Amino acid sequence: MLNDQVQKEIRGELEHYPTPRAGCIEALKIVQNHERWVSDTALQEVADLIGIPAAELEGVATFYNLIYRQPVGKHVILLCDSVSCWLTGCGKIRAGIKQRLNIDFGQTTADDRFTLLPMACLGNCDHAPSMMVGEVLHQDLTPESLDQILEGVD
Amino acid sequence: MERPLTKNIDAGREPLGLKDYEAAGGYQAVRKVLQEMTPEEVTAAVKKSDLRGRGGAGFPTGLKWSFVPMGDDAPRPKYLVCNADEMEPGTFKDRVLLEGDPHQMVEAMIVAGYAMGADVGYIFLRWAYRLANQRLLAAIAEANAAGYLGDNILDSGYSFKLHVHTSAGRYICGEETALLNSLEGKRAIPRAKPPFPQISGLWGKPTIVQNVETLCNVPHIINRGADWFKSISRSAEGGTKLYGVSGRAKNPGCWELPMGTPIREIIDEYAGGMQDGLKLRGLLPGGASTDFLVEEHFDTPMDYASIAAAGSRMGTGTMILLDDGNCPVGMVLNMMEFFARESCGWCTPCREGLPWVEKILQAIEDGNGCAEDLDRLSAHARDLGHGNTFCALAPGAMEPLQSSLKYFREDFQSHITNKRCPWS
Repeated sequence: MLNDQVQKEIRGELEHYPTPRAGCIEALKIVQNHERWVSDTALQEVADLIGIPAAELEGVATFYNLIYRQPVGKHVILLCDSVSCWLTGCGKIRAGIKQRLNIDFGQTTADDRFTLLPMACLGNCDHAPSMMVGEVLHQDLTPESLDQILEGVD
Repeated sequence: MERPLTKNIDAGREPLGLKDYEAAGGYQAVRKVLQEMTPEEVTAAVKKSDLRGRGGAGFPTGLKWSFVPMGDDAPRPKYLVCNADEMEPGTFKDRVLLEGDPHQMVEAMIVAGYAMGADVGYIFLRWAYRLANQRLLAAIAEANAAGYLGDNILDSGYSFKLHVHTSAGRYICGEETALLNSLEGKRAIPRAKPPFPQISGLWGKPTIVQNVETLCNVPHIINRGADWFKSISRSAEGGTKLYGVSGRAKNPGCWELPMGTPIREIIDEYAGGMQDGLKLRGLLPGGASTDFLVEEHFDTPMDYASIAAAGSRMGTGTMILLDDGNCPVGMVLNMMEFFARESCGWCTPCREGLPWVEKILQAIEDGNGCAEDLDRLSAHARDLGHGNTFCALAPGAMEPLQSSLKYFREDFQSHITNKRCPWS
């Protein structure tokens, strides 16, 4: 069951839109904030709360890059692999993450701490390569700074 | 040199709060339009300035606004949507404005909202801009408390509510009709045009979708006039432009400069030239979906007409530099991976064509290409071009491909002949 807090947050967001359906993406993000990802059960419950078919909500959930329909680790690493980061060596950062955490794009560490995903251009191109760990942006990455960043994550 | 859009921005400190923003002349444009101008006069002032959309397409802003039904019998509510989904690879200019001066964004929404008679505004913000989200919400709360937003603003009778909508990631959301579908809680696939959003947009109501930088110009045009706006540029096109440089320059960054500042000046004087030991081979002038320009074009002024005459598009005005230590085939492959991944899948040429292009390029890059591949790539550049797809995503993707085949053809050929990438 979606707990009271989640339901309250979702209802608050729905007030910004003239139709409940418009708040469905925000609702999925709220579920994720609490549960890391959107399970089949949660999807059905959000659909019921908003009043749209679960199949339609599934169509929305699977369209957007940042809605996770599979379990993810405690920290999601969003590594920008778009062109400015490619030119400045994001491939080395990806290799560095693989070496250190033994995960590549789409994979989660065995201890469930990290999931690595590719990210469309983060709009931080003057400080490429860039990545986000959770909600925190890290920039001007080097294999050395990567070590420090990953060590600093709880 | 005047920098109206970034004059309040200092990356070393927090953005101006309401009081400091007002002390710097902020919200004067809101007072002026609400107290002295009719909505039609605001649109006329923007039209006179010849302001063109800064999101990439360069459509005349005042003209766009003039298509919105006005008067008492116009459909309501009307919506103003700010496209802050900045996801064009290599583009980071709107982030500067959103993080650096959020009240300017709020003021711009109110002024533009008044011009079209909007009841509700949405800032459609990409999720990754967490700091911008936080700062916009703080600015909106301050503006609400001060009576610049909400019901009966400054006793003018005009009411306007403003919300921030954070997206869940997808490049196609930058396409204005796909953005509207996303705001309605649907898959972000583009809509057929016509009807244009100005007539039937969000929930079928009159809607304007406008880029961050475009909107931020509006309060300054209202305060200082069209003649001033045209006078601060170095080109027939008025105003300033936020230009950016990324890639392996010494000092990549974003600077507000007069419209029409030449490419070479931006790279050499502001970005500090290339990093030691690297040579500039070419560049994409305004994001990943613009055609390459090369040495012979570097003295071209960065404005819509001049860059178009050179065979590309100014796009977002944030250029991406290709140096001689990076492989042009690899660079184009990277962009085609991006476009193939981000295609919404709605129309067949884009959904099927982009992955095919990506696979051909991957084969060439891996040393498995054949002589016919270059013709196949050229055929795709034509077949996925304007008029053959539902929206501009695939035609945009074909711009760097077709121009790389023209300017870096010997690199493609050497991959095929020698069966390896010379840079790997």
